[in-house]
Amino acid sequence: MPKKELFTGWMMVVLAAWMLLLATPARAVLQVQINRGQVQPVPVAVPDFLGRTQDERVLGQKVAEIIRNNLARSGLFRIIDPAAYIERINSFDAPPQFGSWRVIKAQALIVGRVAAHPDGRVEGAFRLWDVFTQRQILGLKFITSKREWRRVGHKISDAVYKAVTGDEGYFDTRIVFIDESGPKKKRVKRLAIMDQDGFNLHYLTDGRALVLTPRFSPAAQRIAYLSYATGVPRVYILDLATGQRRMIGEFPRMSFAPRFSPDGRRLVFSLLENGGSNLYEMDLATRRIRQLTNTRAIDTAPSYSPDGRFIVFESDREGSQQLYVMPAPGGPAKRISFGRGRYSTPVWSPRGDMIAFTRMRRGRFAIGVMRPDGSGERILTEGYHNEGPTWAPNGRVIMFFRTRRGPNGGPHLYSVDLTGYNERLVPTPNFASDPAWSPLLK
Amino acid sequence: MNKVTNSFMRGIGRWRWLAVTGMALALAACSGTDKPSLDAGGNGAGVNAGGQATPGSERDFIVNVGDRVHFLVDQWSLTPEAQDILRRQAAWLNRYPRVTVRIEGHADERGTREYNLALSARRAEAVKRFLISQGVAANRISTIAYGKERPVALCDEERCWAQNRRAVTVITGGARR
Repeated sequence: MPKKELFTGWMMVVLAAWMLLLATPARAVLQVQINRGQVQPVPVAVPDFLGRTQDERVLGQKVAEIIRNNLARSGLFRIIDPAAYIERINSFDAPPQFGSWRVIKAQALIVGRVAAHPDGRVEGAFRLWDVFTQRQILGLKFITSKREWRRVGHKISDAVYKAVTGDEGYFDTRIVFIDESGPKKKRVKRLAIMDQDGFNLHYLTDGRALVLTPRFSPAAQRIAYLSYATGVPRVYILDLATGQRRMIGEFPRMSFAPRFSPDGRRLVFSLLENGGSNLYEMDLATRRIRQLTNTRAIDTAPSYSPDGRFIVFESDREGSQQLYVMPAPGGPAKRISFGRGRYSTPVWSPRGDMIAFTRMRRGRFAIGVMRPDGSGERILTEGYHNEGPTWAPNGRVIMFFRTRRGPNGGPHLYSVDLTGYNERLVPTPNFASDPAWSPLLK
Repeated sequence: MNKVTNSFMRGIGRWRWLAVTGMALALAACSGTDKPSLDAGGNGAGVNAGGQATPGSERDFIVNVGDRVHFLVDQWSLTPEAQDILRRQAAWLNRYPRVTVRIEGHADERGTREYNLALSARRAEAVKRFLISQGVAANRISTIAYGKERPVALCDEERCWAQNRRAVTVITGGARR
């Protein structure tokens, strides 16, 4: 089965809003304020989704579980334990008994139904109810192939997240990262990909060659990464749909630190030369290369602004690692990091308003954010070793890896909100590092 | 096409030559391990009847010359101790001119991934330049940067990090058995 289907075949149907006979207050109260630091999560009830057959009902339980898990992990919702639900939902179309949901202090109620089509496709429909105003806020239906059934849960989670927060969701996304196994002195590193919630893990390389720093293309169909497959470590691009790998230029010296441009047409990367490394950009269609920086320093870890006009990168041109912003075609670079310590691995937020980074100071590694002009620096987490931030597509959540001390220690993936709250371990089967968050899947 | 690109293209010409050399070295390569093969002494390779390392063997190089140099935190300049070792390495390599080597640069784990790759490349290059300055032909020496990917000491303290900040001269061909 061609993997192309991953990105096609979605159907979305907006269900008619339920016309309520009951009087409704003038204003919907179901919303969450997420600009302030600590949020008051919205209490939400998600009963198992309905189904006509036993198989459908089992699927309905799993889809509801995916949604509960997603919303809970976002930190913006509090899932009310299904054991506390008073009303047993048995109709998708009848309005719920709002009073019974108010009693258990639910503000939102998600009622859903799954259907397995004879052709194998899976359909999931849901209604999001505001318990206090007794109104349907949203009603949608998603249809996909059986193989991708979990995405129904993610799509619904994204729709609910958007309806309540006003921001795009980030649940129907994937993470590419480096899976690490074996002892510390002989680590086996494999390129791996999984859904944002840790499910559907696949290995993309076999572990024979060292691989590092994978990055998604903006359509989430290609992955650029560094591989030691040949004698010279080089940047490769893997096409997820075809499985084809191609080397980016046969430079006799190491090329590394790749990153796609926001339009997916160009790739920026570092190339060793002059006792340091300079930044280069390749036009992926013509394979033409242009040099962006020309120093004897280590210029690396480039990342485009979402409008493609600027590149933020790190350089030790003034002695120690610091962050610089320059026009994407190259040109004068302006230093933006001025705090104490070394600043590294900058990544521009998909919203454009922030740059995430790793800061090293007095033997401690922190993940932080600052505005593109360097102002408003804020540390989200700090400890023995935190490194390599990547943004969720909505620019609200950052994933990174954290390594613990010890001869048997190793890295794990964590996510944290832009506010610094809601830190969560991201489940992976082995040690994991170098995460990269995909854009929202189509 | 701007000036920058032109200079890049000239650069490519030089690199292509280096690439051919690198390929020849890769073909000659045998072992790629970054560890002193002291523990391999029992199998007899490079050891003569008296238990001494055979002159000109990999074991001779590791035991009697020293295959690695260490660096200070975030530095790639060669310390006087490192220069002593590299002078011995160069003398040995000049005595056995068929031997080819790969300099493997490493960084400790107290840095970020990409920077450490480049830093370890600088270390490998510093060793290569020094060996060349001591008369070793450039086409006998290749380099590779491992960043923080291949630690040899794991205690998460400075005494281990100091061992991991290293450049190791690995024989890739031409040594006696």
